[in-house]
Amino acid sequence: MEENKYMNPYLAGFLLGLVLLATIYITGRGLGASGAVKSTTIAIVNSIAPEHTHSDKFYQEYLTEHEDNSLKNWLVFEVVGVIIGAFISGLISNRLSFKIEHGPKITNRLRIATAIIGGFLFSFGAQFGRGCTSGAALSGMAVLSTGGIITMFAIFGGAYAFAYFFRKLWL
Amino acid sequence: MGPLVPDIIGNDLNYIVALIIGILFGMVLEQAGFSTSKKLVGLFYGYDFTVLRVFFTAGITAMVGVIALNHFGLLDINLIYINPTYLWSALVGGIIMGLGFVIGGFCPGTSICAAAIGKIDAMYFVLGSLLGVLVFAEGYPLFEGLYKAEFWGNVRIFETLGMSQSIFATLMVLIAIFSFWFVTKIEHKVNKTKPEKFKFSPYYISLTTVALILVISPLVMPDRRESLLNEANDKGKLLINEISKITPDELALRIIRGDNTLQIIDFRPQEEFSKFALPKSIHFTFDNFFEKDALKQLRIKGKNNIIITKDENEALKMAYIAFKLGIKNISILDGGMNNFTESILDKNSIEKTKNLVNNDTYEFRLKASNIIPLLVEQNKSSGTIQKKSKRALGGC
Repeated sequence: MEENKYMNPYLAGFLLGLVLLATIYITGRGLGASGAVKSTTIAIVNSIAPEHTHSDKFYQEYLTEHEDNSLKNWLVFEVVGVIIGAFISGLISNRLSFKIEHGPKITNRLRIATAIIGGFLFSFGAQFGRGCTSGAALSGMAVLSTGGIITMFAIFGGAYAFAYFFRKLWL
Repeated sequence: MGPLVPDIIGNDLNYIVALIIGILFGMVLEQAGFSTSKKLVGLFYGYDFTVLRVFFTAGITAMVGVIALNHFGLLDINLIYINPTYLWSALVGGIIMGLGFVIGGFCPGTSICAAAIGKIDAMYFVLGSLLGVLVFAEGYPLFEGLYKAEFWGNVRIFETLGMSQSIFATLMVLIAIFSFWFVTKIEHKVNKTKPEKFKFSPYYISLTTVALILVISPLVMPDRRESLLNEANDKGKLLINEISKITPDELALRIIRGDNTLQIIDFRPQEEFSKFALPKSIHFTFDNFFEKDALKQLRIKGKNNIIITKDENEALKMAYIAFKLGIKNISILDGGMNNFTESILDKNSIEKTKNLVNNDTYEFRLKASNIIPLLVEQNKSSGTIQKKSKRALGGC
């Protein structure tokens, strides 16, 4: 079966904006994604090497804040929802399939390597930015936070500045 | 008044809310096409600006909504999470994220979305992002300096730029529309497709108009607080026949009896309140009416709120505003604090009324004038309203 077309981007943006607005109105906070990645990492480290997390300042601060259970976190529940929601959407639109997507000039193996490096850099940067495209840039723009908007410009500005050097990966 | 957490929606129910919001978030992202890296990086090579259209429209929609809800008194902006500004960390972090974006083709949210529909590259991106946190956490002592440098607080962009919120928001809406038009031109050029004539569909025009009206309205329309005050100035006096009044004698009696249902709300200026305040009274200002905690105090079940001001007109105004805000159990002190002082506290003026009131009243007043100052000594007033609610915690 053929994949269905994507939604009109303005309509999708409008709906996304309403979801974000509802989130702010109901919970007082915005959307996020990298925060859940952070919680998951900390939970994994905490279960593998608890003596390490209990002596290290960074983990200690985080675990104290979250009552020793880093997975009981608003963003973790939200991201579980994202997985379910995206899956349902993929199912409805016939887009469920295992595949590796990459630019025409590169191999699967290189694509996997760049995905890992890209993910690594993005979430490393998100720690400094105190959020990623969702938590800092989008939610920050909604509440007109100076920091969020600076991060937004830095993400997109940075990406444009580097795009030329990585064009062979995509074009 | 929003936010609904934690008063109306408890902290545990909030996790269910998170799940539902996540489902909607994931569905919209996937439907928009954010589950494929090709579409995402199209933004940086000019062949597909879907990301910009979705992202900008979403940001503007939510921004307009937040401004409007706040303006019409439905959302307390002081309780919502404003991402803090750490200048260098935000800039450096953003640039590293940008690099990650062009190399990896996703951002964290979109990678999770793409992984959910089976994109294997996205799953590796998620794996990479777990490692990113790990390295940051392990190297935290190295990064802490940069991470915490140049902290500006929870500032908002229009404050930083020194302009009004409405003007900034209007600029944003106009920039968004201009960029939608502009990127469409670029797309056609890069993809070598023939540019269609740009169509102004009635949907887009009406949505933009609504957005502009909403962001401009705070400039031209008085906000809820201002319009309520104006209304109270005009119509407050009309309440005089409807509102329940409590006489100084009754109030004195109830204070002496230690009536627990009594909640004295004192609207006099702070200096006068500090000089003398009735036992257990709470100091209140007009501004408190627009704060969640203060409203909560007025809405306690089984309490009778007695509004105290210098004179009665002022009390009627405040009572009018309280009624408008849905607070029902309101009475005012007949004649205000001036009357209370004359009839209950000031021995000289009590003497003067000796022959005007009946003897029981006179004797009660004399007694009260001795007891109440003692009670004031024993029960210090509760002072100003306590702010318990804190800003929501957010961020990643």
